[in-house]
Amino acid sequence: MTATEWLLWARGPAFEIATVILVMGIIVRLIEILMLGRKENLAAPKGSATTGGLRTIVSRSVPDSGTFQRSTFTIVAGYIFHIGLFVVIFLLAPHILVFSKLTGLSWPALPTTIVDAFAVITILALIAVLINRLNNKVKRYLSGPMDYIVWALTTLPLITGYMAFHRIGFSGPMLIALHIMSVELLMIAIPFTKLSHAFTLFLARFYNGAVTGIKGVQS
Amino acid sequence: MSKATERATQVFKEQIDAPTAAFFSSCVSCGMCADACLFYTETGDPKYTPINKLAPLRKVWFQEYTLTGKLLKLAGISKPLTDQDLTDWEELVYDSCTMCGRCSMVCPVGNDIAYMIRKMREGFAASGHAPESLVGATRRAVEIGSPMGVKLPALQAQIRHLEEDTGLSIPMDVKGVEYLCMLSSMEIMNFPEYIGAIAKIFKHAGVSWTLSSEAFEATNSGIQIGVSEIAAELVQRIVDAAEKLKVNTVISPECGHAYTALRWEGPNLVGKRFDFEVKHILEVLDELRAAGKIKTKDKMSERLTYHDPCQIARRGGVLEQPRKLIREFSDNFVEMPDAGAMNWCCGAGGGVSSNERADEIRIKVFQRKKDQIDAVNPDALVSACSNCRIHIEDGLEEYHMELPVLSLTETLAEHLDDSVET
Repeated sequence: MTATEWLLWARGPAFEIATVILVMGIIVRLIEILMLGRKENLAAPKGSATTGGLRTIVSRSVPDSGTFQRSTFTIVAGYIFHIGLFVVIFLLAPHILVFSKLTGLSWPALPTTIVDAFAVITILALIAVLINRLNNKVKRYLSGPMDYIVWALTTLPLITGYMAFHRIGFSGPMLIALHIMSVELLMIAIPFTKLSHAFTLFLARFYNGAVTGIKGVQS
Repeated sequence: MSKATERATQVFKEQIDAPTAAFFSSCVSCGMCADACLFYTETGDPKYTPINKLAPLRKVWFQEYTLTGKLLKLAGISKPLTDQDLTDWEELVYDSCTMCGRCSMVCPVGNDIAYMIRKMREGFAASGHAPESLVGATRRAVEIGSPMGVKLPALQAQIRHLEEDTGLSIPMDVKGVEYLCMLSSMEIMNFPEYIGAIAKIFKHAGVSWTLSSEAFEATNSGIQIGVSEIAAELVQRIVDAAEKLKVNTVISPECGHAYTALRWEGPNLVGKRFDFEVKHILEVLDELRAAGKIKTKDKMSERLTYHDPCQIARRGGVLEQPRKLIREFSDNFVEMPDAGAMNWCCGAGGGVSSNERADEIRIKVFQRKKDQIDAVNPDALVSACSNCRIHIEDGLEEYHMELPVLSLTETLAEHLDDSVET
């Protein structure tokens, strides 16, 4: 296959397959969770479960000061690469084109040089996170092969995207094809790995906040 | 798979609900729960990372309730739960977790780890993997009515002593009163002054109350060991007594898990909403204070601090009341760092203190509480859980610290203005 053929395949059928797997996979995952249900809580509530749940969805993004001091690196690096991923994925002009083709929605882009800077910072943060995972005894203890595979799947699209933008190594079409294929690998992995937290975290935080909300505690 | 492991797997499957699945689906192995847990911070051993304590339950969730897990299990790649898993994890789920729930407040994806430990213990207990001393305490709770083996005559003897010493009357089995007071065995045996304090305060406030000869024990070994049938039976005894005596409110004593057992798990265990209210003694006292029914004669000038028992504060929602009450008898109150909902566990809750095997580690992790106390250097520490109190006294002795540990209720009673009856 030529570079152009690769590109056509990556943007065409491969992207469609990856999108279907991502969407269906997440739906299956959410159904698997929700189908398990939970028992009605008969204890007289001190506060609202719903309010507590919704509050925790938001409040859990901000650690208390003691936790921040104890887990500073994890929190700061985590914030940097999550914000970086958000900016790179959603605020780069060519990406917005892809989203608007899929959904019909469109929004303003950031200048590409700024997104490029975010990409570099995100890659550096992810490298730092990996080094930390290898050196921190708790993280190393908790990590299995999947944790490293997931790291690679997350980092690869950033690197291929950076290479494509700066035309490093291959021809233009080939670089774009590689970038798109690396994104597709990530998309396929999301529903079946810990990357599903991007979706299930809302449920988890809600359930946590609901239980504490009933007890009149803000979590 | 052995019978025991089969049983554990079965119980895990029954215990796993939507929240559990959402929690496991969301874990990113960030390790922040380790930094929130005193069993990790004070030992530095990563096996004590809270989410790791749930590995057996997580394995069953993955294999039984996820598409990926089912496929990997079929392919023989994901191995089923083993006897060895249960043996290895017994110490992690019982000896080194107090279900204090601090990790549940910290997890960035929102996992309620303590909620899942409670569930996991059901499978461990059902498969015969619960610590022997906890099994003994549970058996005594069912057969004798108290995990410490305290029987009614012992309570009656304490009441006689108290009535002689204080001249106050301590009502038993009185129908139609406002409050039914529950006790913990530890209060009956180690801190009977608590009962005297209640009698004094309630007389001062002019409220009616009683003890029950049929149900005086509030603690619940069932929720600690993780056997809901037993927990339900123990709660039912209290429900029966409350209904028989037709009280409006049942008061949970200065004990952490008793409050969780009766207030939050109780109706769910017995399967029906209560016809009466359940309040912690601190909630009752604060209501009386707010109604102007508690008057103190003087204020302590000693530097006081307050230890929030996990099940009363973080897991119970009784946070403001103790502060307001302490200010009634103290003008020198200081908060420890992380006080309130983020307070550090004393290290002995959730059945750890009844588990002799955990004696060494609970003293080791007391270092966290010691550091927290040292940060404010108080003259006395006030709390509202006899279990915390006994363990903190133990810990202070081990670490050669001189610090009185006071009951909030007892201290309040000592400072009541006897000249007025409100």
